[in-house]
Amino acid sequence: MSRPIIEVEAISKRYRLGDLDAGSFREELHRLWARVRGKTPPRASADRDFWALRDVSFEVQAGDVLGVVGRNGAGKSTLLKVLSRITEPTSGRAVLRGRVASLLEVGTGFHQELSGRENVYLNGAILGMRRAEIDRKFDEIVAFAEVEKFIDTPVKRYSSGMHVRLAFAVAAHLEPEILLIDEVLAVGDVAFQKKCLGKMEGVSKSGRTVLFVSHNMSAVETLCPRSIFVDHGTCQGTAPSVEIIARYLQQNGAHDGTSTLAMERVQNDGTAEFLNCRIRNQAGEEGASPKTNERFTLLIGLRVHQPVRFPVFGLEIRNHIGTVMTLVNTTEQGYQFPPMEPGDYEVAIAVGPISYLPGLYRISINFENPSGHFYIKAEDAIHLEVASSPLYGTLELDSRWGCVYTPIRYEITPVRSAALAEV
Amino acid sequence: MSHSLGIAASPEESLSPHETVVQAGQPWFHVDWGELWDYRDLIYLLVRRDFVSKYKQTVLGPVWFILQPLLMTAVFTVIFGVVANISTDGLPKTLFYFSGMVMWSYFAQNLNTATTIFTTNAYLFTKVYFPRLVVPLATALSNLFSFAIQFVTFLAFYAWFKLFTAAGAEIMIRPAALLLPLELIHLIVLSLAVSLWMSALTAKYRDFTHLMAFIAQIWLYVTPVVIPISSFPKAWRWVPAVNPMTALVEWFRYAFLGRGTVTLQSIGLSVAITVVLFVSGVAFYQRTARTFADTV
Repeated sequence: MSRPIIEVEAISKRYRLGDLDAGSFREELHRLWARVRGKTPPRASADRDFWALRDVSFEVQAGDVLGVVGRNGAGKSTLLKVLSRITEPTSGRAVLRGRVASLLEVGTGFHQELSGRENVYLNGAILGMRRAEIDRKFDEIVAFAEVEKFIDTPVKRYSSGMHVRLAFAVAAHLEPEILLIDEVLAVGDVAFQKKCLGKMEGVSKSGRTVLFVSHNMSAVETLCPRSIFVDHGTCQGTAPSVEIIARYLQQNGAHDGTSTLAMERVQNDGTAEFLNCRIRNQAGEEGASPKTNERFTLLIGLRVHQPVRFPVFGLEIRNHIGTVMTLVNTTEQGYQFPPMEPGDYEVAIAVGPISYLPGLYRISINFENPSGHFYIKAEDAIHLEVASSPLYGTLELDSRWGCVYTPIRYEITPVRSAALAEV
Repeated sequence: MSHSLGIAASPEESLSPHETVVQAGQPWFHVDWGELWDYRDLIYLLVRRDFVSKYKQTVLGPVWFILQPLLMTAVFTVIFGVVANISTDGLPKTLFYFSGMVMWSYFAQNLNTATTIFTTNAYLFTKVYFPRLVVPLATALSNLFSFAIQFVTFLAFYAWFKLFTAAGAEIMIRPAALLLPLELIHLIVLSLAVSLWMSALTAKYRDFTHLMAFIAQIWLYVTPVVIPISSFPKAWRWVPAVNPMTALVEWFRYAFLGRGTVTLQSIGLSVAITVVLFVSGVAFYQRTARTFADTV
């Protein structure tokens, strides 16, 4: 294989916490004075340093579409900022062999007073397009954004939807050899998002090299064959996206099916709290993974602080790319629980038999009232691992075989030729 | 990619044209002039944006370009000419002040916008890469528009005084006026140099936002816009002499009114100071811009 189009070698980026860099004149004078007197100037101590990236290395071959996956604050955006030269790395080096365009948000540089037309040119130029290039694509951009009628109106009169569509349309028509994109698909209405995703797929198939940062695992899985996983500023190189996504999900919640609640994602109005949350398989083992076609029980320790007159529980199960598999609540199912006085309770939710194929699933649990007010909203409260088992005979299935298991039977009956002729 | 004056020889010099190397500790004076040229369309569009956004919602629009220096001239004429009665070297007061204002207001305009270059463009600088010099360059160019209008207004005033007043015999346009294109470049580079310095300083120390108005005020008085050099106390003559704006204002007066204190030496000194300020300004600005995104 030829030389990689992007080579990242041991890139590190340090941020100084506190106000040292935004510093005022006085501090600088202070340090200068200390230096003049021959003393060591007061410096930020090392514990005020924050390494957003540490020795990140990876390579991307021309034409690859690489996903960049990681939690918030893991360093993904910093990596993109360094590669797109918005900020300098503290050490290390990266070589990008081709025309680079970066898209960290849509509509950078849109000016409210200018018309849609003028903004297309300005925004395009900011993103690195030449005027002739924009001239050539102008009609296509406007058509993609569906704003033909308003193209000579100042964008301040645009609806936010039109604004976003026009901005994305400009970005989508960039034709660099290397494209760095951060989460820009999270814009617009659902229909437009689909259109953007379609456009992105087109881009990725056109042989351009793309680095794609996203929290949308479904998009990463569809667009990127390979990904890198950024964790606390480090990264272990590229791997197939399926593996990387699994690692990301594993990190994003308790995997062992016992009790840890990803507390940072629990919203609570003080009425009650979840103490723990466990999964028990149908053999009665806690923490063991159920298999496809089996039942399991979700056990929730609930502490009620204030009386709840009409308790309602909601359950949502998503698969590894975020598709909702099951969404239901107790009101819809016709349950009417008696009012709950302050105290501790155990809530047992019997689920199944489940038809999910083996893989990782995330369960969100809500405790709410009938009008939809959340007492507790625990997103991704627990992870459910469905263990693999022989299905459809002897096959060990995974997500490549679909989402759900449906028993299927085939029957072949010989038909007499006379009967066949009648048909 | 050429590295003019690159201090450290970088390995990327041997690579193909579309190669970008991201690394720490780039030499201070690292300006990729070719890349800047590639972004000329952006410069043009930013100039246009400045122009449109500045005057779109004002009633008088570009008339403000003429009104601003006229009002200043009127104020100076009343305060310094009539009330304080400071000499204008025998030139008609209005013309004396106006001639000073033509050069000065271009410089001052750049100075005013300098402090906000980083803050008003933070939303761009933190989101997308383009050569950062594009922004001050575009500002300096868009300010040329008001310079042109003021210059034409000045010529109209000149013609009126020359033809219809007794003072007409006192004033003349000298051959030195042919230097206008060169002196204009001199003015642009100097204004750019100072605004690069000021914008980088402001980005680093916000204190300069408050100091700026004060600095501009002082600078005005040590430039012979309202007070001719001849009225400066002898002991203080060196101040306007080392001020690089002095030669420009005095040259303009000499060339377009026929009277001004300007020599080849004074212009030479001003050019030398301008070059030093510009080179150091570019270096300082570039250095600030490279990590600016981290501090906002």
